[in-house]
Amino acid sequence: MRTLHTADITKRVAQSVIHLNANLAPDLRFALKNAAGSEISPIGKTVFDMIEENLVLAEEKQRPVCQDTGMVVAFVTCGQDVHVEGGSLEEAIHQGVREGYTQGYLRKSVVADPLDRTNTGDNTPAVIHYRIVPGETFEITLTAKGFGSENKSRLKMLMPSDGEAGVIDFVLEAIEQGAPFACAPVIVGVGIGGTFEKSALLAKEALLLPMGYRNENPRYARMEETIIEKSNALGIGPMGMGGLNTVLDVRLRSFPTHIAGLPVAINMCCYVNRHEKVVF
Amino acid sequence: MRRIAISELKTVVRTLKTGERVLLTGDLYVARDAAHKRMTEALASGENLPFDIKDQIIFYMGPCPAAPGEVIGPAGPTTSHRMDAYSPGLFKRGLLGAIGKGNVSQRVIDAIVARGGVYFVCVGGTGCLSADRIKSAEVIAYPDLGAEAIRHIRVEDFPVIVAVDAFGNNVFDEQRKIYQHSEE
Repeated sequence: MRTLHTADITKRVAQSVIHLNANLAPDLRFALKNAAGSEISPIGKTVFDMIEENLVLAEEKQRPVCQDTGMVVAFVTCGQDVHVEGGSLEEAIHQGVREGYTQGYLRKSVVADPLDRTNTGDNTPAVIHYRIVPGETFEITLTAKGFGSENKSRLKMLMPSDGEAGVIDFVLEAIEQGAPFACAPVIVGVGIGGTFEKSALLAKEALLLPMGYRNENPRYARMEETIIEKSNALGIGPMGMGGLNTVLDVRLRSFPTHIAGLPVAINMCCYVNRHEKVVF
Repeated sequence: MRRIAISELKTVVRTLKTGERVLLTGDLYVARDAAHKRMTEALASGENLPFDIKDQIIFYMGPCPAAPGEVIGPAGPTTSHRMDAYSPGLFKRGLLGAIGKGNVSQRVIDAIVARGGVYFVCVGGTGCLSADRIKSAEVIAYPDLGAEAIRHIRVEDFPVIVAVDAFGNNVFDEQRKIYQHSEE
């Protein structure tokens, strides 16, 4: 049995939300540089130059890359042999978000009720997903999900007869309609199968994968490549102002499903795809 | 690259062309979703707007709080099309320009043409770069809205691109056609 303290969890969450908002992961920085090098549109090149200038500035100042510092989504992987002391684990995570967003001068973008829309003032609550695993592992992957892109996400219950072609068409439709508004070049997570909510979770988890990571199943890997190629042929380009880079990456995740169904969820993310794993 | 004083924008607006890069210097106003809703409700009930919008620019933005020593926190544009329901009414009342990101609806483009106005974009996600060019910032209305309050800011060499010009040309549609191709 391993014991963890809620105070430690709060502290590490607070540090991480500040850090991940100011520093994009090296694989994403590298992918952006590659994309910039391949862009032929003059406006697209200008957009990439400004993106790079901003990323450097954010790193220097250790201030958020984007003013939309997002809603926090936390993926907790908790070993069965871990014991958390000092109060509620869930409250410890919320408290970490509260402290990080307040002490780090990050924007508070969460409203308490979707219709009343009064700001909670501290960016809580976070959306928390738990996964229980054997052993003593305890990890929290934190993301700060921006809503310019989240708004362009889609979910559709396709029919089994729609098959591979139906999935590809739906993803391309979502990219064509969403990318111009979602701060392209975008990163697209796609969940295929499971149930209604499982497909959405798979899509969000797909956004956490490393850049250029292809599905282990050759069929899905091929579909990813097809979607990337066709998306970048749409001409939408960086920030929708024309060019060859509409998507930076597309990742598919699948799960067994029902004989009657083919759920497909698409989670859109801007190029500021922020996530960080905190290992305890 | 062209440098334009916002106070002079009215006289040069018809010379701006889509895709053109411009550095803006001067005063403008900041408002996003909740402030637009309130302004539109104020107009509907016959009240005045919290500031005179004639010949002004509204920047669709909600900043991070200023850290010690900062004028304003990161301050990049938000998605303009969420303001599509409100902005034609504001252009009709004399608003000269808007700054945001992403395409806008045909109704907004029509309102821009009728006004002889302009829609600029800046690059989404470039919060620190935008903040670097903002030299003063003050909340002037709806402070209870926090990040969504209306602000009056002064910018210097603020980098934007002309997205919809006074004649209704649209950079998104024009440029996409150039780079759209069929993959083999």
